[in-house]
This record gives sequence, structure tokens and C-alpha cells, in this order.
Amino acid sequence: MNMKTKLTRLITPLALTVAISVPALAHAGSITVKGSDTMVILAQKWAEVYMGKQPETKIQVTGGGTGTGFAALQNRTTDLCNASRKIKAAEQGKCIEAFGARPTEYKVALDGLSVYLHADNPVKELSLEQLESIFTGKIKNWKEVGGPDAAITVYSRENSSGTYEFFKEHVLKGKDFMASAETKPGTAAVLQAVAKDKGGIGYGGAAYGAGAKHLSVKKDGSSPAVEPTEESVVNGSYPISRHLFIYVNPKLDQGETAAFLKWIRSDEGQKLVQEVGYYPLPQNLRAK
Amino acid sequence: MSEHSQTGKRPIGWMGIHRGHKARPLEWLAEKFIFLVSLSAILVIFLIFLFVAREALPLFLGRMDSALVKPVIPPGDMDKHTPEELRQYLGLDAAKFKAMDRETLQLLMEVKVEAQNEIPENFRNDKDARINTTQWRYLVLPHQWTGYDQPEYIWQPVGQIHKYNIVPLFVGSLKTTLIGLLFAVPLAVGAAIYVSQLARPRVREILKPTIELLSGIPSVVIGFFALLVMATAFQHVFGYETRLNAFVAGIALGFAIIPIVFSISEDALTSVPRSYTQAALALGASRWQTAWQVVLPAALPGVFAAVILGFGRAMGETMIVLMVCSASVMSWSIFDSARSITTTIAAEMAEAVSGGHHYRILFMLGVLLFAVAFASNMIADVVMHRLKHRLEGKR
Repeated sequence: MNMKTKLTRLITPLALTVAISVPALAHAGSITVKGSDTMVILAQKWAEVYMGKQPETKIQVTGGGTGTGFAALQNRTTDLCNASRKIKAAEQGKCIEAFGARPTEYKVALDGLSVYLHADNPVKELSLEQLESIFTGKIKNWKEVGGPDAAITVYSRENSSGTYEFFKEHVLKGKDFMASAETKPGTAAVLQAVAKDKGGIGYGGAAYGAGAKHLSVKKDGSSPAVEPTEESVVNGSYPISRHLFIYVNPKLDQGETAAFLKWIRSDEGQKLVQEVGYYPLPQNLRAK
Repeated sequence: MSEHSQTGKRPIGWMGIHRGHKARPLEWLAEKFIFLVSLSAILVIFLIFLFVAREALPLFLGRMDSALVKPVIPPGDMDKHTPEELRQYLGLDAAKFKAMDRETLQLLMEVKVEAQNEIPENFRNDKDARINTTQWRYLVLPHQWTGYDQPEYIWQPVGQIHKYNIVPLFVGSLKTTLIGLLFAVPLAVGAAIYVSQLARPRVREILKPTIELLSGIPSVVIGFFALLVMATAFQHVFGYETRLNAFVAGIALGFAIIPIVFSISEDALTSVPRSYTQAALALGASRWQTAWQVVLPAALPGVFAAVILGFGRAMGETMIVLMVCSASVMSWSIFDSARSITTTIAAEMAEAVSGGHHYRILFMLGVLLFAVAFASNMIADVVMHRLKHRLEGKR
């Protein structure tokens, strides 16, 4: 069973990460990065470019999930932990038990969450309140929100995903997803399911896109509908966006690790964020 | 030499050393090596079970508390409590507690208070916020949670209030497994009867390895095929609403267990003594009558064992159900979605806080799955032995 768990992770393409290796120099410093599957591609890009600039630094990136990353941070098997959600109190407690201090939190990028619909669905905009009713199962038919007379099929992410937790907390206001919501192991899987299902609705990163329509979202009934674009996510007018984080043991936040973290949050590091498909931090949060 | 032959005994010492290592030392070594290998296999299985059970133990003992709102001790009141009270409040073991300095303890207490302050107002006053949801009655009985119109079985482990009802998962596993068996067993047993009793030798030589080759298809591939091709095709044929449902997953599971059921029942049918067949044919029965009325009943325990092993495989299969459907809906309808136990473990383990209640619940599901697999294998084994005795006429 444990084997099977491992197998599943192997198959999830995001988790299929290969440690990037460069020829080790005798005095080389080595940084290990572990955590969120959402951030693996981004972290690899950072590592790749940074190692190109600083060949004496060796960076290894692996995924496994935000929770796995925090567990590794506690055991000191990783230096940096990628997280697509904020650290939980229980995890903070474990870190304090392990190294006597709270881990330092760095915001490293922005991610906007889009709501996907089938391309033929005439519905163009919904308010947060309507989204809440749809995802909790109170609204079951598209005609209740101005669409055709067809049943709504809700697609969600697995509850191990940081995206799931964020959506549940901020759009559903902590309420439960409807029990018959079909959970999918990745954003691409949600997108693919919605693209095949005329009555489908799902959510995921705004950077993903092909195959389904991105819904414009209204903060409440009277406010204007905002489309998820880079501008609206970065200036905060699009209502469903979140930060991506890196956590580090404060005792290890020095030397090469600190330099790498600073570089990630610099203009140069933030430029790569866009290339991978997330949104850069606004100027005031960047490292100078 | 003559002494031994008189008593009918050969000189066998401790672990066969006297007999073996003098006469054939290599054979003796090989024998002991194989013995060690098989012993270690048993040991490994035992250790895995021990590990899984150990991780789930605090839950079975009722030591986990998943209540959202808990009483807090302000860090300023640290000195008003005995160290033992503090230790229990922080959930630390004695050695760890002793090693910590005052500042660390204070930090831990601050985090506890912060966690309580982070709870949104509407949840703080929720009637469910003080419930320890890892108690057995919340794990197996329906409960009317806030926001629901009636008592329901809810599996929603992530959120402010952790709802850990395992019944929908069992229903999901059983539902997909039974559909898989209903689909696979008639096909596999039918094929086994044909291949072992009716087919010409040349046809048999092609058919048997081909069907057994099915077991070489990785379950991911079957799952992928079901997700993309079967789901759409079945929706066209049956016209149901939910595209990805237990029916599609069950049929896909069927593909995975056909080779197992086929292979074992074919062996059982072939091992029926030829004298049975010859006697039936000599009495004027047709080949079909012989196969159906004489050979199949004689091989029935073996066929039954095959079905049980297929059941075990279907219960333990992760990938197919994970890829096809995964909504933890409490429904026996085959055209609704389903979430199996193995899917749940595979999908949720990566993010569960290690040592937390979610983590322990997943291990508990593992223990239950272990129990189911153990029981089904044991039944299969007992039935196999009965078959052997019956065919040897010892019963």
C-alpha cells in the first residue's frame, strides 16, 4: 500500500521531479528544496537559472506536496520548503519542537485561481456568492444562474492540494464541497474534465487555460466582473488570488541560502515567475 | 549404518547438520539460504503490518483530539500549572519536554493561542467546533453537521471541522469491487471452462497465454483508457448524468481481475482428474454436459478461491479507481461516483500533517484494508486446501 502511494506520486507528472545535478565542486554549497507540487516547475526554473549564474552552488528540487515539505523542514532533510498555502499552527509547533524557532516565511510569487467552464457554456460571469452556492451544491442547474437548462457537474481538486484548501476557505467560506464533487489529482486533470463536460465547472491556476473558458468573477452582486489577467491578479482587483511561499529554518537562512532567497525575490527572479505561468510579486514585496 | 537401518531412523541432528553438511555441504548451504529468504519475507510483512498498526494506534486508543476549539492556557500563566499539565497540554513526550528550555515552551504555547485566534468567528460558535471527530461514532455513524438538512455520512477531512466518516469510502470500495466481480467472474470462468474443457489444443495454446497477458497491462494504462474512452462511450450508451462513475471504474477493475480469476479457475478445472471426464463421456454425456455438470462442480472450491483472490485484488487496486472517479458520495447507485479506500490513502497521504489526526485516520484505513485482504486471502487458502483434499478423495 505504501508502495502504491509512492507509485501514484510517481505518476503524477508534477511529482515526477528529477534532482538537478551539476558537477560538485570540493567547496560547493548545496541547497535542497522540497514541497508543493504546484511550485515544482517554478522552483526548478529558479534553480536552473541560478545555478547557471552561480556554478559553485548546487540546488536540488523535489516535490511531494506542501505537507511533505514541512515534514522535511522539521527533520532538517531540506533547507527550503515550497508551500502553496500558509503554514498551519500544528506544523509551526512541530518546527519549534524540532529547531526551537518559527520558520521564516517568504512570499515568492502570486497565483490567480480561475473558474473554468465548458467552452460552449453561455454563462460569462458569476459572483463569489453564486460560486459558493454552486460548489456547495445549493445551485444544481445552470438555468438558476442564467445559463441553459442543464445539470451542473462540479469538479474539484484532491483535498491534499493547497488549491483545494484555498478555494474552500476563500470562495466557500469554509463550507464543505458538495459530496458528489468529482475530485481530480491535478489542475490539468480538472481542466481536461471540464473541457469534455458541457455542464462542468472547475477551478485551478489562471495560468493553465487551453480547452476551457475562464469565468469573470464579481466580488459581490453589485461590483463589476473581473477577468483573471496578469494585471487584475497583481493589482488585487481579481478576487481569487493567493501567494506562494517559501519557508526556511531561520538558523539556516544565511550564506548561499539567503542569497538564493534574495535573488528569487529580486526583479530577475520574478521575471522567471511569469515565464512559468504564475504572477510576479508587486514591487513593494520584492527584495531590493 | 546397520544400527540405523534396524531402527528405521537416519542420523538427523540439529537443523540437519549431521546429515547434510558432511555429505553435501553446498546443498545444505543452499537449503539454509532459501530458508532465511522465506523467513525474511514473513518478517518484512510482519514489520510492515506492525508499522501501519503503530501509526494508527493512538486513534484506536482514542488519544487523538480533532476538536476545532480547545481550551488554551495563556503563555503568561505558564507558572500556574505543573510541568506535567503543561506537557500534556502541549502533547509532548517526557524526553522531548525535558530537553526543551523555557523559551521554546513559551513559543509553543504562543502558537497554540494563535491557532485558536485564527479560527473564523462563525466557526468558533459552531455547535460542531468542540466535537472530537475522531471518535468512533463520528467515524461510522451519520451526524447532522452545521449546514446540512439531515444526518449524513460525510468524508471532508480538510477544513475547519474535520469530517472523517469512513462509511462512504467503504461503500465506494465495495461498490466498484462488486461491479468489477459481476463483470469479470462470468467472463473469466466462462473462458476458463472453454479453454480447459472445450477448446481444441491449438486454440487453447493461443488463448491461455493471451488472456494471461492481460495481467501485464499496468493498471494506470487501464485507468487512462477508462477515463478517456470507456467513460464517454458508456455515457452515450446508457445516457446517465455523471460521466465518471462507479460503473465505469468497476468495469475497468474487471479488466484487471479477469486474468487472475481466469488463470486460477483454469488451473482448478484442469486439475480435475481425467477419470471424471472419461466416466461422464462414457455414460453418454455431451462435452458441454460434462464440463458444466461434472467438471465445474468438482472444481468449484478452486473457482471460488479464484473469485476471492480477485476480490482481494479489486479491493486493493488503487490507480484505476483513482483515475476514474473519486467523489466521496454516500450512494449505492452504480451510476453515481465513488471513492475507494485505497484512492483516499494514495491521494491524501502526501499532504496530511505527519502524526496528526488525518494522518492517523489514513493509517487506520490501511489497517482495515490489511484486515480485509488478510481475511479474503485466508478464505481463499482454506478453500484451496478443501479442493486439494476433495480431489485426492481424503474427505
